[in-house]
Amino acid sequence: MSDITIQSLSLLVENIKSKKLSSSEVTKAFVDRSEKSKELNAYITEDYANALNKAKMFDEKPNLDLKLPGIPMAVKDLFCTKDLRTTAGSKILNNFVPTYESTVTQNIWNEGAILMGKLNCDEFAMGSSNETSFFGNVQNPIDKNLVPGGSSGGSSSAVAAQLTPITIGTDTGGSIRQPASFTGTVGLKPTYGSCSRYGIVAFASSLDQAGPMAQNVKDCALLQEVISTYDEKDSTSIDFKRNEYSKELTKNIKGKKIGIPKEYRVDGMPKEIEDLWKKGIEYAKDCGAEIIDISLPHTNYALPTYYIVAPAEASSNLARYDGVKYGFRAEGENLIDMYEKTRSEGFGAEVQRRIMIGTYVLSSGYYDAYYLKAQKVRKLIKNDFDDAYKKVDAILTPSTPSSAFKIGEKTNDPVSMYLNDIFTVPVNLAGLPGISIPAGHDARGYPLGLQIIGRAFDEQNILNIAYAMEEKINFKNNITDWWIK
Amino acid sequence: MSKNKSEYLINRHDNQYEVVIGLEVHAQVSSQSKLFSTSSTKFGAEPNTQVSLVDAAFPGMLPVINEYCVKQAIKTGIGLKAKINKRSIFDRKNYFYADLPQGYQISQFKDPIVGEGKVILDMPDGQKEVGIERLHLEQDAGKSIHDLDPKNTFVDLNRSGVALMEIVSKPDLRSPDEVNAYIKKLRSIMRYLGTCDGNMQEGSLRADVNVSVRKKGSKDFGTRCEIKNVNSIKFMQMAIEYEANRQVDLIEDGQKIDQETRLFDTKKNETRSMRSKEDAHDYRYFPDPDLLPLEVSDDFIENLKSEIPELPDEKKKRFIEKFKLSPYEANILVSDIETSNYFENVIKKSDVKLATNWIIGELFAALNEKNLEITESPISAGNLSKLINLIKDGTISGKIAKTVFEQMMEGDKDPKKIVEEKGLKQESDPKALEALIDKVIDDNRDKATEYKSGKVKLFGFFVGQVMKVSGGKANPQLVNEILKKKL
Repeated sequence: MSDITIQSLSLLVENIKSKKLSSSEVTKAFVDRSEKSKELNAYITEDYANALNKAKMFDEKPNLDLKLPGIPMAVKDLFCTKDLRTTAGSKILNNFVPTYESTVTQNIWNEGAILMGKLNCDEFAMGSSNETSFFGNVQNPIDKNLVPGGSSGGSSSAVAAQLTPITIGTDTGGSIRQPASFTGTVGLKPTYGSCSRYGIVAFASSLDQAGPMAQNVKDCALLQEVISTYDEKDSTSIDFKRNEYSKELTKNIKGKKIGIPKEYRVDGMPKEIEDLWKKGIEYAKDCGAEIIDISLPHTNYALPTYYIVAPAEASSNLARYDGVKYGFRAEGENLIDMYEKTRSEGFGAEVQRRIMIGTYVLSSGYYDAYYLKAQKVRKLIKNDFDDAYKKVDAILTPSTPSSAFKIGEKTNDPVSMYLNDIFTVPVNLAGLPGISIPAGHDARGYPLGLQIIGRAFDEQNILNIAYAMEEKINFKNNITDWWIK
Repeated sequence: MSKNKSEYLINRHDNQYEVVIGLEVHAQVSSQSKLFSTSSTKFGAEPNTQVSLVDAAFPGMLPVINEYCVKQAIKTGIGLKAKINKRSIFDRKNYFYADLPQGYQISQFKDPIVGEGKVILDMPDGQKEVGIERLHLEQDAGKSIHDLDPKNTFVDLNRSGVALMEIVSKPDLRSPDEVNAYIKKLRSIMRYLGTCDGNMQEGSLRADVNVSVRKKGSKDFGTRCEIKNVNSIKFMQMAIEYEANRQVDLIEDGQKIDQETRLFDTKKNETRSMRSKEDAHDYRYFPDPDLLPLEVSDDFIENLKSEIPELPDEKKKRFIEKFKLSPYEANILVSDIETSNYFENVIKKSDVKLATNWIIGELFAALNEKNLEITESPISAGNLSKLINLIKDGTISGKIAKTVFEQMMEGDKDPKKIVEEKGLKQESDPKALEALIDKVIDDNRDKATEYKSGKVKLFGFFVGQVMKVSGGKANPQLVNEILKKKL
């Protein structure tokens, strides 16, 4: 049984379809391993008994035509799940149990998958290390002292540690790709409008996007195929022709033009990142791609732009957590007092910081100087990409400016924490798809990732490039199961 | 004294002040479901029974625009002869309140769906044009109920998310009477269009009233105060009178007027400061990232134009030209769609002049007395038209018709049947009338002699006697003719 959890999603699906394994066997294996892995703190809410029950029911009447037949899966705790507590990593939603299901998770259950539990994340997805969660740090299975990245830190840790064969995260400024990079896993942020935001606790509405996280590119493609649907319940969902990404996956990327943006060579970038990037270029060439130097001139402004737009939207999106209707309420002398106490006690420091920034940049007298200007710069950043895609089919960059850092290392320095998103944030601002694949290790053996950015709606293309490069890179994660006693 | 008799001025010592008024009318869109959710908008339901997850702002819930409400707003814009903006943007207006679940109201700030338009008012001394600045769509909030419990406030979210049209006028109004005419005209246009039921008791129509004063002849506007959320025309007029006088007193006293938001206390008939400019909310408006810009095509607008019915101004013109009504009569008959429909149904088969008089006179008075709307009239248009035909063809006199009308008010009876059953038919047989008249002359010999000797005034006496003896049924015209001959 212990060999079950090392299997990729694709292999598990194959084994269940060919009846070599039952859903119960698979689910029990992942539940057992999750039970033994509490030290990682990857889960906020476990739902193992229900999962085993559902697996049993699946086995009694298996529908093997589904894409995820009887596959157990834990998901980031930002997705609302019917009848199962959904916290967004916050005290303010500590007791919140939705009566509804997010579209993305519903799509997953419709294809036969089984919910095992809800995975830890930064509070309201605000963070790059999973340290802002009300439910505590998550450990990186690579090393006890390392952060797993964020905000989908529970998700990346759980996939890397094989507590779940696959998972979903959300990515507002890098929250899928950065933790994937920190844990040696694959994470895809789809085009804005590809996956419905209905039922996902909102952070920054114009940037938020759900996406798959997996052990390999093929699994990622399969899950993307399941979660990406047009949804009338989300006005920003886009009705475009979606591929069967896993079926159409190919390693033939001969002649694809891949751009290398000079502006991503940032000051103070570690040599190992520079080297990784060079290696990546060689791998791409080996796969038959053509490398072209490009320029994305406004890259420098992406991070400040992001840290205006995202907090502005967040400050408004989080206004509904006021203690009136649901969630945590602190008693107060009057309405205002109740608001102040509820929100002071219910939100953590990072969330409060971003609400303050967002409120400030939207204030009368500052709106034009900050929010409006940021929107203009955002347009320029998007134009940069549009210009680049006249010459190239995809863009290759490092995923992060460093490997995973130590727990506590950056908690008192928010700006240094924010700098972690420097390569991922422009992609969200432009609404484009980006994928991070593991591509090597630093001197300490920590994983490093490369990011491939595509045209809008061109997930198939970047999945293909990632799939081809993955084979050349032949990455192996060094995970020792140190947490299992 | 003003040269214009309807001019509204406030006199203090040697100064005359003009009042400048602008209205922000909040009109509830007539629609089955809310602006961004599918919950019902029906009035009067049990608290919190018409609330979706979107209306209550549950985590992860998203607004989806109700196309019908968009159509209603555009139709209203067309009715206001306004520019329809093909691209408009929904913004968030951020503020905290217990009955605002999202912590923001979705509204339109910089780019409303409808731009500048106009409304024509019929005032006693002529027509007046009032400019419309804009019309935008927005969500209503819920309702806070403070008087059910000594310590707690209860919140009813049934209204939360209901679609409102905010119609902003230019500061073109100059008197409480004009405000009265403006609100009635807006209401009438929207009821013609079916875009707002205009029911002020149910809160479907309410207004924020901006009032300032200035010395007569001045071109500059004074500092204005905004009186929030006034829900009847009478209260609007009272609030304006109080507020304008308050401002004049301040100016006459050498004091400054503070720009502020005020509340009208209907019990004390006064306005009170609610918050000053300094305390004004910073609403932090920004485009709602959950909604794409609202874009409508020319075809979409043209299709809606083809659905627009004849509106009061056009109907009035037609009534005057086609039916030769006076402007006064036409105004009354077109003021609401039900009245004009009733009128047009009556005149389908009867005389226009008589119908106009009977509707504006007898029917309105009778309905008023019973406190009924025209739609609740006990007399159907068909039966009123029969009654008018009975008068027209001489079957009954106007006087008898009033008796028949009174009986019709008791229940929608066919006037012909009433006439038959009660034997009210007019006596138009000359022989029968001659006999009657002979008898009357016989009985009043002395008066007949006086008449003949020149006291012609007595003619009326004889007509009256004949009518009396006939029980009112004698045909007055014939009675006249015969009497003249016989006397």
